[in-house]
Amino acid sequence: MFSLTPTDEQQMLIDTVRRYATEAVRPAAHDADERGAFPGRLVQTGWELGILPGSIPESLGGFADEYSAVTGALAYEELAYGDVSLALRLMTPALVAVPLLLAGTDAQRARMMEQFLGETPPPVTAALLEPAISFDPLRPATTATRDDEGCYVLNGKKASVPLAEGAASILVYAADAETGQAQGFFVEGGTPGLTVGPREKLMGLRALPAYSLMLENVRVDPGQRLGGEAGIDFGLILAHSRVGLAALAVGVMRGALDYAVNYAKEREQFGAPIATRQAIAFMLAECAIEIDAARLMAWEAAWALDQGHDARRAAYLAKEYAAKAALMVTDAAVQTLGGHGYIREHPVERWLRDARGFAAIEGLAIV
Amino acid sequence: MAISFEIPEKLRQGLQMTEAVAKGVMRGEARRLDEHEHERPATFISLMWPVLREQQKRQLDRQAAGGPKREGLGTLNLNMVLTFEMLSWGDVGQTLCMPMALLAGAAIEAVGTPAQKERFLRRFAEGDAPVWGAMAMTEPGAGSDTSAIQTTATLDPATNEWVLNGEKIFCTNGKLALDESNGIVVVWATVDRAAGRAGMKPFVVEAGTPGVTVDKVEIKHGIRASDTASIVFRDARLPYENLLGSAEVHRTDGTTKGFKGAMATFDASRPLIAASAIGVGRAALEFVKDKLAAEGIDIPYDRPYHALSAVQRDVIEMEMQLKAAWLLTLRAASMLDHGQHNSLEASMAKTKAGKVVTAITQQAVAILGPLGYSREWLVEKWMRDAKINDIYEGTGQINTLIVARRILDYSSRELR
Ligand SMILES: Cc1cc2nc3c(=O)[nH]c(=O)nc-3n(C[C@H](O)[C@H](O)[C@H](O)COP(=O)(O)OP(=O)(O)OC[C@H]3O[C@@H](n4cnc5c(N)ncnc54)[C@H](O)[C@@H]3O)c2cc1C
Repeated sequence: MFSLTPTDEQQMLIDTVRRYATEAVRPAAHDADERGAFPGRLVQTGWELGILPGSIPESLGGFADEYSAVTGALAYEELAYGDVSLALRLMTPALVAVPLLLAGTDAQRARMMEQFLGETPPPVTAALLEPAISFDPLRPATTATRDDEGCYVLNGKKASVPLAEGAASILVYAADAETGQAQGFFVEGGTPGLTVGPREKLMGLRALPAYSLMLENVRVDPGQRLGGEAGIDFGLILAHSRVGLAALAVGVMRGALDYAVNYAKEREQFGAPIATRQAIAFMLAECAIEIDAARLMAWEAAWALDQGHDARRAAYLAKEYAAKAALMVTDAAVQTLGGHGYIREHPVERWLRDARGFAAIEGLAIV
Repeated sequence: MAISFEIPEKLRQGLQMTEAVAKGVMRGEARRLDEHEHERPATFISLMWPVLREQQKRQLDRQAAGGPKREGLGTLNLNMVLTFEMLSWGDVGQTLCMPMALLAGAAIEAVGTPAQKERFLRRFAEGDAPVWGAMAMTEPGAGSDTSAIQTTATLDPATNEWVLNGEKIFCTNGKLALDESNGIVVVWATVDRAAGRAGMKPFVVEAGTPGVTVDKVEIKHGIRASDTASIVFRDARLPYENLLGSAEVHRTDGTTKGFKGAMATFDASRPLIAASAIGVGRAALEFVKDKLAAEGIDIPYDRPYHALSAVQRDVIEMEMQLKAAWLLTLRAASMLDHGQHNSLEASMAKTKAGKVVTAITQQAVAILGPLGYSREWLVEKWMRDAKINDIYEGTGQINTLIVARRILDYSSRELR
C-alpha cells in the first residue's frame, strides 16, 4: 500500500531528534563552524538519543526489530536540520556499524558490534574518499594485495576521513588487487604504515574534524576483511551511504528554506515585505518543491533497500538529485537575504558552504 | 501506517491491460492523428467506452444504493494517475478523448446533489454510443485570472430558469460533448459580476440546449487529437437545478463553496495532468535510451561525474527529474486516497511535471539530432504534446504561485 506516513515509532524518533536538533544543535552551530568543533557534551547528548543502537536489530543486542534505511533517513534529515557537520560527527560510528550489519561475518559482528551499544560513541571511522579529482568509489586507487602469508597489504591515500585522529579502528576501502573490486578492511589505529595526516581544511563541514590518511604497506589479517573470505558487495554499502547523504541534504535544505521564508516575510524593501514579490516568492516555492522531491527520492531509495530490491540506481539518483537541489536551495536562501546572507552572522552562507560538500563527498554518512 | 512505495498488485495488473492499449492501439494511431487534426481516435474510443461506462455505472449504482463511497483506504486516485501516465505514454491527445465525465464529473461529484449526479452522470453509464463531459472556465479575457470571467447567468423568475450569455474558449472535449454526443459541459458563469469570485457558479449545460453553439475548434501545436472548442451562449436557458451548489453569494470572505468546489476539482485533476506529462516524458526518455543503446551508448548509474559523457549526464538528469516529478505526483494522488488535503502537493506535482517534461522532451529532440527533428519518429510530436502540461489546469506560474502562497502563508490578495 502506497503511504508516506511514518510509523508511530518513527514519528517518535523524528520528534526526539528534531527537539535535539533545534534546541541544542542549532544554537551551537555557528560557533562550532567558527571553532572547528562541537562541544563534546553536545555530541554526547546526541549519542544518548540512541539513534544507532536503536537501528541495530535485537538479535545483535540493539533495539530494532530489523534494520531500516527508511528510519535512518528520517533521523538523518532531522539531525542535518540542526547541523550537517554535527550529524556526520555524531553518526561516524555508523560508518562501521552499518557495513558490519549489512556485510559482516557472524564472527566479525560478534567481535565488534557491542561497542556500538555503549554509553559513549566508539572511536571508529571509515575511509573511502581519495584525494583525486576523478575519484570513483567503486574503483578506489588504494589497493589491497595479498602477501605470501595470506595477509592483505594496503597502499594508497585517503581523504576526508572523519575523526581519524585517535581512531582505534578504521574501515578502509581498497580495491582488491585480484578482482579490482572495492573491499573493506579493518585497520587498527597505530598499525605500522598507517599515518594520519593533518586535519583537512575544508570550505564547509568545518565542525567535522576530517583527516587525510596515508597507507604504506599496511598489513592486515585476512580475518579483518569485511565479510571475510567472500568479501562484500560494496555497491550495496555505497547505496546505503548515498541514501544517507541524500537524507542529510534534505535536512540542510529544509533548514535553509525555513530561515529564508521567515526572513523574506520580515524584511521590507520598497514599502512591502520582499516575500510579496514573485521574484522572491517563486524562488522559495521552487525550493519547497525541490525539497519535497529530494525527500521522496531518498525515501523511495531507502524503502527499496529495506525491501531488498536492487536499489543502486535509485540511491544514485537520490543522491545526485539531493546534492543538486541542496546547492540550489541554499544558494536561493543566501540570495533571499541579499548582502546580509553573505555575512557569517546569518547561517545561510554556512549552509551554502555545507551543501556544496554533497557533490564532493561519498561514503561520509550511511543509513 | 508506514512509509511504502508499493503499488498494489491489483493496480499493477490493471496497468498491464492499459499498457496493451497504449502500445497496441494508441502508438499505432499517434502519427496519423497528429497529421490529420480533428480526426477522432475511433479505435481508442470504442475500446475505452465499455470499460469507462461500467466504471461509471458501478459508481452510480453504489451511490444510488446509499452505500458508503468506499471501504477503508481507497486507491482510486492512485489508480487514475497510473492509468493516465500509461495512456499518455501511448498518446496524450488520444488520452484526452476518453469518453467519460472527467472534469465535469469531478465538479458534479464534488458539489452535486444525489439527484444531480443521477441526472447528469447516468448517461456516462449506459448506451452504445460514447459520451463526453467537459469543463469550461477560460474566456478570451479570463485565463489565469479566472475571477475575471464575464459569462453571466441570470435567473429568470418567470420560468425559474438560468439564462446564460457569454463565450468560453479552449474547452477540451467541448465539441465531443455538445455536438458529437449526448454529453455535458460544466460552465462557470457569474451570477453577480460585482461579487468577483463569490459570484462564480458552475452550471451543467447539456447537449442540445438551444442557444449553445460550438463555433470553433482550435488548430494546435500539439495534442492535435484532442478537440479544443469555443462555445458561445446566447440566451441559453437552463433549468434551475442545473446549478451545482448553492446560488447564494457570500461577499464577505470573497470565496464561496462554488469557487472552492472548482478548486477542489483541481486537487484531483492536477495530479492527473502531472501524470499525463510524465507519461510523455517517459516515452521520450525510453526512446532516447533505446536509440542510444542501439548506437552502443549505455547509461551507467554507478560512475562518477568525470567518467560520464555529456549525453550520459543529460539522460541521467532527465531520468532523475522525471522520477522526482513522478514521486510528487504519486504523493499528491495518494493523499487524496488517504483523505488528506492535497492542494499544495497537487500544485507542486503539476508545476514540477509540467516544467521537467517540457525540458525532457525538448532535450530528447536535441540528443537525437536530425532524426529527433524528423516527423518519421514520434519524439518531435512528444515535445509538442508535452508543452500543454505546463499551460492548462493552471500554468506553471500559477501553480508556483499557489505553492508560494501556501509556504509563505499569504492570501491571494497578499501575493498576486
Ligand atoms: C489545449 C488547451 C486545452 C485547454 N482546456 C481547457 C478546458 O478544458 N477548460 C478550460 O476552462 N480551460 C482550458 N484551457 C485554458 C487554459 O487553462 C488557459 O489557457 C490557462 O489557464 C492560461 O490562460 P491564458 O491562456 O489566458 O494565459 P494568461 O492567463 O494570459 O497567461 C499568460 C502568461 O502570464 C502568466 N501569468 C498570468 N497571471 C500571472 C500571475 N498572477 N503571476 C505570474 N504569471 C502570471 C501565465 O503563467 C502565462 O505564462 C485549455 C488551454 C489549452 C491551450
